[in-house]
Amino acid sequence: MAILEVNDINVYYGSIHAIKGVSFEVNEGEIISLIGANGAGKTTILQTVSNLLHSKTGSIKFMDEEIHNLPAHKLVPMGLAQVPEGRRVFSQMSVEENLELGAFTRPKANIKEDMEEIFERFPRLKERRRQLAGTLSGGEQQMLAMGRAMMSKPKLLMLDEPSMGLAPILIEEIFDIIKSLNERGTTILLVEQNAQMALSIADRGYVLETGKIVTSADAKTLLNDDVVRKAYLGG
Amino acid sequence: MEFLFNLISGISLGSIYAIIALGYTMVYGIAKMLNFAHGDVIMVGAYICFFATTRYGLNPLLGVLLSMVVCTMLGIIIERLAYKPLRQAPALAVLITAIGMSYFLQNSAQLLWSSSPKVFQSVVGKGSIKLFDGALSISFVTVVTILVCVIIMIALVTFVNKTRIGKSMRAVSEDKGAAQLMGINVNSTISLTFAIGSALAAIAGVLLCSAYPNLVPTTGAMPGIKAFTAAVFGGIGSIPGALIGGILLGIIEIFAKAYISTQLSDAIVFAVLIVVLLVKPTGLLGKKVSEKV
Repeated sequence: MAILEVNDINVYYGSIHAIKGVSFEVNEGEIISLIGANGAGKTTILQTVSNLLHSKTGSIKFMDEEIHNLPAHKLVPMGLAQVPEGRRVFSQMSVEENLELGAFTRPKANIKEDMEEIFERFPRLKERRRQLAGTLSGGEQQMLAMGRAMMSKPKLLMLDEPSMGLAPILIEEIFDIIKSLNERGTTILLVEQNAQMALSIADRGYVLETGKIVTSADAKTLLNDDVVRKAYLGG
Repeated sequence: MEFLFNLISGISLGSIYAIIALGYTMVYGIAKMLNFAHGDVIMVGAYICFFATTRYGLNPLLGVLLSMVVCTMLGIIIERLAYKPLRQAPALAVLITAIGMSYFLQNSAQLLWSSSPKVFQSVVGKGSIKLFDGALSISFVTVVTILVCVIIMIALVTFVNKTRIGKSMRAVSEDKGAAQLMGINVNSTISLTFAIGSALAAIAGVLLCSAYPNLVPTTGAMPGIKAFTAAVFGGIGSIPGALIGGILLGIIEIFAKAYISTQLSDAIVFAVLIVVLLVKPTGLLGKKVSEKV
């Protein structure tokens, strides 16, 4: 069953037509990768799904409900969370406060338990729970941004470039975590420049080029596709 | 003894500046705009309290509460009507609108209540505390003003740091987009900030006119500008900065009046601001703003 259906969206930055009639869907339980070069429109698409940007046409359905015209903050309680590009943790606030804000739309009751669960998954955050988020390293900030999004108990988690600026060993760690989140029932929409890594854990993938989807297939097929290999996987 | 008296008077005047400066600094922190109409909300607050207590004989405390309620609503309405439509507009457009709103409030007050001065009856009882065998006499208004400022500061810092809504305000002030991704309603957070700032403006207006009872439609203009100066002085966007900036400004003003020149006191206050900004452009407690790339 499709949890997210994006149908023919067109997004403009002033007169620049950034997203040109993009459609895709994410089924429950899947990991979907949206890959493409810098400037292809990956982040724009995620921001449009989150309603931080708006499409002039088409529809965006989340769990069969039209969300296209809802304000961004209404999507979180519906079960849609995004880890934005560049983490965007609240740097002047502590790790714990960041996690609390992740659960902003939920009743207060189970927040402490959930936070412990996040700390179990990310032990390094626990050590630094009272530290300001701005003092964390890049990898720790990425973990915090993911933990923060998980605090809202999302049905669909959208991740924007989680590997950006991280050392290879940390990238593996982050991707292992994404996989295990998915195994525990969270559907994942993953946007990445690191196509190799993204496709290796994904079920299906979409290839984006200058605002259009040019190919979509099973992740395995894409990994072996000559054109995709040449363009995105370094031959 | 005279020095001590001046110091306490300075802290008291500074407390009023600090309470007003909080409104500037919180709105700036959340909405990234300078609400130059803030000083005139103070004036409206003072008029409401004046009519409630002097004309209609309401209990002074109720008068203050009524004034706070009216100013809170006024603040929310001003934001909705004048600033919200300009959320995506250039900063200059918002600034000009704010100045326009300031004149609009002053002229409306003149139309409604005339420009002839009203004599404000202090909401704090007359009388004073005598210390050192009567050598030092401090009026109740002075003491109450300082106490109110301390209480407001403690309450506000606790609210912003400890409560869920306070934390969401800090989140919005740091990154609006990320705050929305947490499910925080940015528009209602901005409204709340205007509401708090305006309620504080009402208190400041009442305290100001209790100390300086001459009430005219431009009563809020000069204290508004000085409080804005105080906010910049302390580091705009910072709540403790508003307190420190306000108190320092009050002390400098009173000392300048007492020891240098009454006429030049305002010039001296602004000269100090210029020097501080030359040495430390972000203000005393201001954070260094690094642009995201």
